[in-house]
Formats: sequence, C-alpha cells, structure tokens
Amino acid sequence: MQKMLGLARFAALMSSLLASGSALAYTGAKWNLPEGVTEISHEVHGLHMMVFWICVVIGVVVFGAMFYSVFAHRKSKGAVAAKFHESTTVEIIWTAIPFFILVAMAIPAAATLVKMDDTRNADLSIKVTGYQWKWQYEYVGEDVSYFSTLAKTSNKARQLQSGVDVNTVDNYLVDVDNPLVLPVGKKIRFLITSNDVIHAWWVSQIAVKKDAIPGYINEVWTKIDEPGTFRGVCAELCGRDHGFMPIVVKALPEDEFKAWLAEKKGGGEQVAAAATTSVMPAAATMTDAAPAAEAPVEVAAVTPAPAAAAPAAAAGKSKEDLVAHGEKVYKGNCAACHQVTGAGMPPTFPALVGSKVATGPKAGAIAQVLKGKNMMPPFSQLSDDDIAGVLTYVASSWGNKGEIVQAADVAAARK
Amino acid sequence: MAHTDHTTHLHDDHAHHGPEKGIMRWIKTTNHKDLGTLYLVFAFTMFFIGGLMSLVIRAELFHPGLQFVHPEFFNSMTTLHALVMIFGGVMPAFTGLANWMVPMQIGCSDLALPRINNWGFWILPFAFALLLSTLFMPSGGPAGGWTMYPPLVLQMGEGFPFLIFAVHLMGISSITGAINVAVTILNMRAPGMTLLKMPLFCWTWLITAYLLIATMPVLAGAVTMLLTDRYFGTSFFTASGGGDPVLFQHVFWFFGHPEVYILILPAFGVVSTIIPTFARKTLFGYDSMVYATASIAFLSFIVWAHHMFTVGMPLAGELFFMFSTMLIAVPTGVKVFNWVATMWRGSMTFETPMLFAVAFVFLFTIGGFSGLMLAMAPVDFQYHDTYFVVAHFHYVLVPGAVFSILAGVYYWIPKWTGRMYSEFWGKTHFWLSAVFINITFFPQHFLGLAGMQRRVPDYAVQFTDFNEISTIGAFGFFVSQFIFIFNMLRCMSKSGVPATDRVWEGAHGLEWTVPSPAPYHTFEVPPYVGDDETSNLHDTAKAH
Repeated sequence: MQKMLGLARFAALMSSLLASGSALAYTGAKWNLPEGVTEISHEVHGLHMMVFWICVVIGVVVFGAMFYSVFAHRKSKGAVAAKFHESTTVEIIWTAIPFFILVAMAIPAAATLVKMDDTRNADLSIKVTGYQWKWQYEYVGEDVSYFSTLAKTSNKARQLQSGVDVNTVDNYLVDVDNPLVLPVGKKIRFLITSNDVIHAWWVSQIAVKKDAIPGYINEVWTKIDEPGTFRGVCAELCGRDHGFMPIVVKALPEDEFKAWLAEKKGGGEQVAAAATTSVMPAAATMTDAAPAAEAPVEVAAVTPAPAAAAPAAAAGKSKEDLVAHGEKVYKGNCAACHQVTGAGMPPTFPALVGSKVATGPKAGAIAQVLKGKNMMPPFSQLSDDDIAGVLTYVASSWGNKGEIVQAADVAAARK
Repeated sequence: MAHTDHTTHLHDDHAHHGPEKGIMRWIKTTNHKDLGTLYLVFAFTMFFIGGLMSLVIRAELFHPGLQFVHPEFFNSMTTLHALVMIFGGVMPAFTGLANWMVPMQIGCSDLALPRINNWGFWILPFAFALLLSTLFMPSGGPAGGWTMYPPLVLQMGEGFPFLIFAVHLMGISSITGAINVAVTILNMRAPGMTLLKMPLFCWTWLITAYLLIATMPVLAGAVTMLLTDRYFGTSFFTASGGGDPVLFQHVFWFFGHPEVYILILPAFGVVSTIIPTFARKTLFGYDSMVYATASIAFLSFIVWAHHMFTVGMPLAGELFFMFSTMLIAVPTGVKVFNWVATMWRGSMTFETPMLFAVAFVFLFTIGGFSGLMLAMAPVDFQYHDTYFVVAHFHYVLVPGAVFSILAGVYYWIPKWTGRMYSEFWGKTHFWLSAVFINITFFPQHFLGLAGMQRRVPDYAVQFTDFNEISTIGAFGFFVSQFIFIFNMLRCMSKSGVPATDRVWEGAHGLEWTVPSPAPYHTFEVPPYVGDDETSNLHDTAKAH
C-alpha cells in the first residue's frame, strides 16, 4: 500500500513536471531559458540553443564511442588489449576540429555582445538603484522616482514558519508593490548602481542582467516588443534578504505609458520638496564616489510616497499602540542591521541603544529615517504610521528614553 | 671491522625504526605516509561537515517558504559549505594522495621537506577551528558567500577576522604542501626517471603545485586588504573612500580561476593512472596529456574575468575573456579524447576504481559542456548567478574531483593497508553515488535556466518539483557515502582479503613494486627505473 502511494506520488510529480503552463508565473519557462520579448533575448536564446545542440552532438559522438568501448572491449568478452598508444595525425585532428567549432560559436556570440553593448540613442533612461533589499527606479528627466519592494502578501508568507501556504500566494516572491513601468517599442537605457552592497538587476525575459555596484553606474539597454508583465530577481548575493527583492517590469503601449507617467508626476507634486531631499543623499554619495560616471544622476527625483497619506488619526495614538506596531516594523526593516537587541554591528551599523539620534529630539530621528545616512538607505517609502511606530519603539526600548513620535510629526517633516 | 659494524648498525637503527606509539606518532610524524593518512582522514571529516551543511541547504529548499532556518543562517551555510568543501575537503584530499603516492611513484623515500609537511598539515585543524567557531558567535558565521565580495563581507559581525585568518592559514598550508611536492618531484626522482617518464599523477600535481604557489599569495593579499579596509581605515574596496569594489573581484578571481584547476588537475592525473590499468593498455597520447595539462594551467591565468561578465567590463574585455575561456575547451577536449582512446580496444574490467574513473570522464564532460555554454558572454548574462552555474560547478567538482578522489582511494588503499576492500560494497557505493549525484544536480540545470537564482533560501513555487528531486538526491548521496567509509575502515582494521603486491593485473608504476602494505619506509635506496615499469605508462619506452 505504501509502495502504491509512493508510485502515485511519483506519477503525480512526473505529470506536474511535464505539464507546462501551470503555475509558471515567473518566467513562463520550466526547463529552459525563456525566449523572451526582445530582439536581444531572442538572439541570446538562439545562441543558447545553438551551443546546446553542438554540445549534444559532441556528447553523442564522444560518449557513443566511450560506451561502445565499455560494452565491446571488455575482458569478459575475450577482448585483447591493442598496443597503440599514440597517433600524431589523430591528435592533430581532434585538436583542430574543436578549435574550428569554437570559432564558429564565437563569431555570432561576439556579434550579439557588440549589439548588447550599444546603449546610444536611448528614448528613455531609467536609473536603477539597489538597496538592501529593494530597488529604486528614477525616470531620468521626468521627475518620477519610487521604490519597489517585495509585495506584502509574499513578505508575510515568506517569514520563517509563517503558517501561510505559499502556493496560495499570487506570484510568490516575484511580486512587488510598485512595478517598473516601461513603454513598448522604445529603446530604454538602464543606469544601474547601488547604494550599499553589490546587487544584480536581472529580468530573464528581456535578457538583461547587470551588477548594481556602489560607485559604478553600469549601462545596459532593452527594447521590449510586446506589452506584458515580466518578472525578475536580484541575482547577486546581497545579504539576508537577497532572495526577497524581486523585480517586476510592466510593459505598456506607449500611450498608456504616457498616461501613467503623467499621473505619476501629478500625484507626486505635493510632496515634491521633501522627497527631493530624501533621495538626494543617495544620489550625492553616488556622484562623489563615481568620478567616471557621466550619467545625469543629479536629477531632482520625487517620491510620491503613496502610503504616506495616513488616515485621519491626527489625534495620535497611545504610546503602547505605537510601540506594539513599531516593534513589527522594526523587525521587518531595521533589525537586519541594527539587530533585534538594538546593539547594531559597529562600526558599520551603529547601536541604537543609547544612540544620540534615537534618544534625541524627534525631528532628528525622523529626518534620518526619511533621508538615510551613510550606509543607511532612506526609508521614506514606509508610511507615516510605520515611521512613527518604529521611532517610538526605538526611543522607548532597551532602556532608551526618547520622545514619542506621532504620524502627524512624520507627515509634517515630509512637507 | 668493528667500526664498520657499528656504523651499519646505527644506520639500520635510523633507517628502519617504525612509527612511534600512540597519539604522538600522529602529532610528531614527518613520514609522508602518515601525513598522507592524516590529510585524507581530515579531508573526509571535512567532507562530512560540509555535507551536513549542504543537507541544511537542501532541506530548506525542499519546499518553497522558510521551514527550518533563517535566511542569515542559510547564507552562512552556503558560504561555509563552499569554504569547507574546497579548502577542507578537496584540496587536502589531493594533498593526502600526493603525500602517499608522489614519493612512491617517483621512487624516493619521503617528501623533500618532511618537517614542513607536518607543519602544513597541522595548521589545517586550527584554520578550520577558527572558521567554524564563527558559527557559535552571536553574529553568526560568514554569510557573504565564499567569494567574500566587499562591501557585503564587511558587514559581517565579530567573526570577520576569524574568517580572514582562517583563509590565511589555509593558504599557508596549501603553499607549504605545494612547495614540498614541487621540490620533491624536481629533485628526488629515481635515477633514469626523466620528467617525461613520470606518472601523470606526478605531472598534474607538479603543475598544480605551481598554480598554488602562484595564486595563494594573491588570495592572501586580497583578504588582507579586506582586513585593513575593515579595521585600519583603508579604502581599497570602498567606493565612498575612493576605492573600487570590483578590484576585489579581479584580484579574487585571479586566484579563483587557477584554483578551479587546482581542484581538477590532480583528478586528471588520478584518472589517467586508473584507466590504463583497467583497460590493460598504455595511456593514449602521454605527451599530449602533459602538454594539455600545461596549456590548461597557462590559460587558467588569463580567463579570470569570465566570472565577472555582469560587472560591466568594457566590450574589449568581455570579448577577450570570452575567447580565452572558450580556448580552454581545446586542451580539455584533448584529455577526454585521450581517455576514450585509451579505453578503445582495451581489455577492460570494471572494478570500483575503474567505475568511478569512467563516471568521471562521462560526468566531468557534462560539466565541461555547461562550462562551454557559460563561456559565451552574451548567454552567460542569463546563466550567471543562477542554479545553472551551481549545477555546472558541482558537476565538475563532485562527479569530477570527488569521484576521482574516491577512485584514487579505492585504487591505492590495498597498497596502503595490505587489504582488499569489499568489491561488492564498492560497486554498491559507486552505483548509488552515480545515480544520486545526477538526481541531485541534473535538475538544477533546469532550475537555473528557468530563472532560479543562486544563494537563496526560498523560491517561486514554479521551482518546487525540481528542488524536491534535487533534495532527495542530496540526502541519498550523503547516506551512500557511509558505505565507502565502512569499506575503508574495514581495510584499515586489517580485515578483508590480503592484497598482492601488484594488486591490479594491469597496474604499472614503481608503487606496485613494493610490498602490500607498503612498509613505513620505501625506496631508501633509489630503485632502477626499468622498462617494464615505465613502458606501460607512456610511449617513451622505445627510447631505450
């Protein structure tokens, strides 16, 4: 009976392996590289299949000879060992043939590489900045900039022993709150950099993978042929939540993209001033550190901070409520560096216990969370409630005795 | 007369004393056979520890969602798994084989620098004690990957200097071992054994030794710069201080790529020794094997940046490293063709060492194919840092390097212990290993191509099936290795059928001319390198 169950399970596994299209939300591929939606991605897929089939043919010949020998030339079948042990002719032939096969492979590969390298004449430039552990997208020259983080549903389900069945979460781990929206049919140039450690921005279906390195601005381009949603991930180990900073690209027809961009600009105006300063430190660090960077990075960027509009809780919350809420925010956003104990990991990550900023006037603490400092990225994408909670939690934990922060204080500071 | 007797007596005393008794034998020993044993026991202990870490990784990846460990701990498992397996497992195992076999294959009594040999080994337990002790620190073990890329590695907690000093110690140990092998091979070959009459295992180790001596100091330099960046205010790799994080990657991979060949060249030597024995036929193309090994070693110094295609190098750089990397396929292909040609029209039997050697040729070549695919820079952008890469380097390292170590131990342990292992359990071990290793790593090709990135504790649900299969394979492979351990312990405890001196019908080489088990001291008088022992190793016999 046990065996039967095992077999049934095996059969189910096999059938699910063979089934295509089910739950392939991520790249749409199960066994192989996706063909993707750009000219380059098609070429890359073509190269991949070409090398693959060359390897298969060589493999069939070499392994065919080897296994024929294994079966035919065995002592138990009465085989007597031959005496030959060299042949200059044969050795020259099997040195030369692979060489020419390699040349045949290298030519189309080099051609594609040259194409990928040509980032000139782009219609739109997007600056992509990696943070531990989220992405920031700035539409260069368009006054639009925002953060993109793991979707809340995925984030909840991915906690250790969360009790959530991840199979029920839509696009588990490959969904974000704010996708990168791009127009179809336009040449888009990405300027990729990082604020802290090295990340890599990878979307398989547009065949773009580039490291995001602090102090560098890497250029790469794409031109998407068809509208759709394309998902990717951070591909370079970047610390604790490396597996939890996905990328979602939403490609729209040009008119829809323009409408989206206009709306995004309009919605951002009210908080423009505050948000500009909130993003500036990162941009400033970048230019300081990147003498070779010729890209226009000092663009006044705008964070619309959609979650910032806190409901009319203007009266303020009790300290206990703030602390309870803040503890959760702290564990989700701050503890990786400052540690659950608040002790940090000096000198890189300062302790919050007895910290001057954390226990000092609330204005300073709010400013640091909104703007970031040194290694600390800005957290302006958190809601006013979250920031109020977390600052109150920090100010009143581990023996700290600082001020209570209300959502209204944060909202005021954003202005 | 009396005087002469006296000196003879003293000489005999000195020359034929046995090992010390008890634990001090192992601590004080300068005997190449004792140290070979120590290296191998240490290596298999590390394989066990590193294997346990891989089981933590595979258990967590059995299903999507986090079941067992936090992401930080998962990251330190992947980091330590790599460091332990590379520096604690594969490298010491090959040094152990070199300790045992190089003097016996070239006909000298011991390595040239026996005390350094002792020192080189006894550094290792301290190095790994330092490294693994970080797991018990509040901030945990190193979690930035074995490649130790800054700035991430600089975020490590108080265990950071332990990591750096552990790497320093491993490097010192490797360098001492390498110098010892190189000096021994160049100076202590038996009269008549010219370089081109040497067994290929000695040749590949000689070249490996040069790679080690050339690259280990580079690694030491790189990690020292990390240390000063962290504690002494330098900014070698810190962008905000005018440094360059990519510089570290260049320096690291200038060490790291030759390191890949350090891990595989001795394996080529082992396989080139075993296949002729069981095919009862001379190795095909001995000279071209030597030249191919040397070419691979040379090329390994000019391909390092193919590990870094995505960092944003200039086009010319990417083209250069793509072309040079593809070139490696030529000498590697020559080796594979030569092995197949050696088997061709031989008179083969398939004892356990041969099974592992044939599996090596087959599975290593699959790893070579994926390596060729990875060499294509535009496509590498898609493969880089995915499970495709994980599958690739595990194919060359496990059914590659590790299978050759297993093959070598099965092949030579009758000589070491004087007892045959159990052929039945050897073959069982082989088939279980060969099946499970493919169950473990083959599906990872599909995972990587379909979009699963490396070094993550959790994944999108579409990857569940292949991850389940891979985990089942990993546990099966791990458990199967205990068959090997018990089979070897059986030999070491002197049970089992006594081995003959020749051991294998088709075996040639000086090591088979000494009794089984090999006496504590061998070749105190240099042997005569006769035609019968070398003519079957390669084609220089006609020169006589």
